[in-house]
Amino acid sequence: MHSIHLTIVLAPLAAAIIAGLFGNTIGRSAAHWITNIAVGLSFVLSMFVLKHLYLDGGVAENYSLYTWAVSDGLRMEVGFLIDRLSALMMVVVTFVSWMVHIYTIGYMHDDPGYQRFFSFISLFTFAMLMLVMSNNFLQLFFGWEAVGVVSYLLIGFWFKRETAIFANLKAFLVNRVGDFGFILGIAGVVMFTNSLDYATVFANADSIAAQSISVMPGNPWNAMTVICILLFIGAMGKSAQAPLHVWLPDSMEGPTPISALIHAATMVTAGIFMVARMSPLFELSETALAVVLTIGAITAFFMGLLGIIQNDIKRVVAYSTLSQLGYMTVALGVSAYSAAIFHLMTHAFFKALLFLGAGSVIIAMHHEQDIRKMGGLRKYLPITYWTALIGTLALIGFPGTSGFFSKDALIEAVKESHWHGQGAVYWIAYLSVVLGVFVTALYSFRMFFLVFHGEERMDKKTKSHLRESPWVVTVPLVLLAIPSAIIGWFTIEPILFGGFFGDAIHVTTEHDVLTRIGATFHGSWEFITHAMTAGPAVYLALAGAITAWFFYLKRPDIPAAIGARTTGLYNVLERKYYFDDLYIKGFAAGGRKIGQFLWEKGDELIIDGILVNGTANSIAKFATVLRRIQTGYLYHYAFAMFIGMTVILAWLLWV
Amino acid sequence: MIGLGHYLTLSALLFALSIAGIFINRRNLILLLMCIELMLLAVNFNFIAFSRHLGDETGQVFVFFILTVAAAEAAIGLAILVVLFRNRRSINVQEMDSMKG
Repeated sequence: MHSIHLTIVLAPLAAAIIAGLFGNTIGRSAAHWITNIAVGLSFVLSMFVLKHLYLDGGVAENYSLYTWAVSDGLRMEVGFLIDRLSALMMVVVTFVSWMVHIYTIGYMHDDPGYQRFFSFISLFTFAMLMLVMSNNFLQLFFGWEAVGVVSYLLIGFWFKRETAIFANLKAFLVNRVGDFGFILGIAGVVMFTNSLDYATVFANADSIAAQSISVMPGNPWNAMTVICILLFIGAMGKSAQAPLHVWLPDSMEGPTPISALIHAATMVTAGIFMVARMSPLFELSETALAVVLTIGAITAFFMGLLGIIQNDIKRVVAYSTLSQLGYMTVALGVSAYSAAIFHLMTHAFFKALLFLGAGSVIIAMHHEQDIRKMGGLRKYLPITYWTALIGTLALIGFPGTSGFFSKDALIEAVKESHWHGQGAVYWIAYLSVVLGVFVTALYSFRMFFLVFHGEERMDKKTKSHLRESPWVVTVPLVLLAIPSAIIGWFTIEPILFGGFFGDAIHVTTEHDVLTRIGATFHGSWEFITHAMTAGPAVYLALAGAITAWFFYLKRPDIPAAIGARTTGLYNVLERKYYFDDLYIKGFAAGGRKIGQFLWEKGDELIIDGILVNGTANSIAKFATVLRRIQTGYLYHYAFAMFIGMTVILAWLLWV
Repeated sequence: MIGLGHYLTLSALLFALSIAGIFINRRNLILLLMCIELMLLAVNFNFIAFSRHLGDETGQVFVFFILTVAAAEAAIGLAILVVLFRNRRSINVQEMDSMKG
């Protein structure tokens, strides 16, 4: 089994190295064959591992492969923890990654950086697998940073574009903020347990929670709360939660396949996965969970609103990703870790599908991404149309689709999470996720109708070239559409209520909302009828879709009129709540100003001007005065000697 | 009666004269050398005067040494002077300022 785990991780790495370093030698088709085969192999083996753990009743494995260093009793190791949580993540990652690999053959067909792209996405798969399979914090951090680096490389893949360079730097810097918290959290874990190993740390969780730490002098805080919030700051960076979300919409500057793979399906869910993995720690701090819940709720609702006014097809999907990540975070906040991972999985399928569908539209439109210039594409792109419809329905939670099961279970969990109290936190979370459903449906169908229905607004030249994308593009769409549509039916019961994750996720009894919901769960069909009768979510989704239909197909003048009436609100949304302005004009410009001040005043004036050059200059000035004494005339020297001798003699005689 | 004080006064006068010679003379390098010789002689005078006064011959022996060294010094000094003149066609003291800072 160990060699299988190792193969899953190393096959994409080997392919990435071959395609990256020898890409020009082996050529384009060899590069895509080798990476596709490697990632496909990883997927098949991951499926095997999942089957072994779930169907065959295999036991979770936790072992170390290699000890990198031992420092003062702290072991830094490379090791794998393969339980059902990591196995599920491995399957999701490798499956989406494989689909994207296939899709890329078509999407990047004419790109000069073809081999480089394949090398990067394989490398990403390796890094992501290292992250999810890790059994210790150090390797988790390695995977965490490695996916960040690959994300940086891929956002800036078209490095000749000014905007792409800006976006990848922004993503990298914003992630640094999150990683700062993350590494402090890991440092806190090491401080209290002197171990990086998950199992040891989780075993000592109670002792951490019993201690306190003074962040500010005189204000002792519970150590577990501090550690969990710091770790969650890392998750906020990677999973793009407000206020560290600003990098994700900009990351759409990268090629569409990586938007699907990295910035929708897998990497951005690393934060969700990490919190779920750390559930034994988070369970011990209700304060930290309340923070998680609030941040998630704010992200889920307010980022969704931004999706309504975006006109770039990829950015609409990007904001919907932010909103859905917010949903997952909300689920973490109410201790429904399984629901978060469940939504992560279904979201990975339908969001990758939507992104790849958007990519297919972009290919057909010759890299036009403005949805105001599309419309009526339904009859030109039938496969894309139907798969996008499935993806959109799954996204809004149409009854029966995968997204419905995960999102509805999530909303139920929030509703039942009374242990947070009936105060502001509970209502913010509950209202955000419920109203978020309406918003999700509105922006999803707005985009869907503007792209595929209505009048054809593109120019004649583009129109004459419109045709369905090649099979390498449509096959992944279909393969992703299948799980998007149906996977919820089979998986909701085991994952949420059947104890699928076993020991991998730890929930204390009083937090365990899913078990309480599970008491009234009687099969998937029952769940649908229950949702139809009990909650407003399904009807809000339908209302959103109908509103979108009415506004953007029936009466396109209404949204424009609303926009004109509420310019203030519209501007706030258009400027994305001024977060970018705050960061760019506030922090970034402020940082540059401080830098300029230190450079001009500190470095040039004080260090260079006064200390270094000042010393040299003053010595030179002193010397110009002193050199006048050196006349070069012998009799002056003799005179000086005589005077000196006289003085010394006089001193000897009289003193 | 000529006593020790008179000898010492003469010696001091000779020494002062030679120092004045070094300072005031700005033209001729040979004069400088001569002034140095005069300085040594003034010192010799002191040695001899004290030797007689104290009845100790060591001082007179020392004068012989100084005279020897002075002769050698004069020879070397004149040799340097000749070479200097060959190189610069001048022994003017005021032109010799290559040590100027």
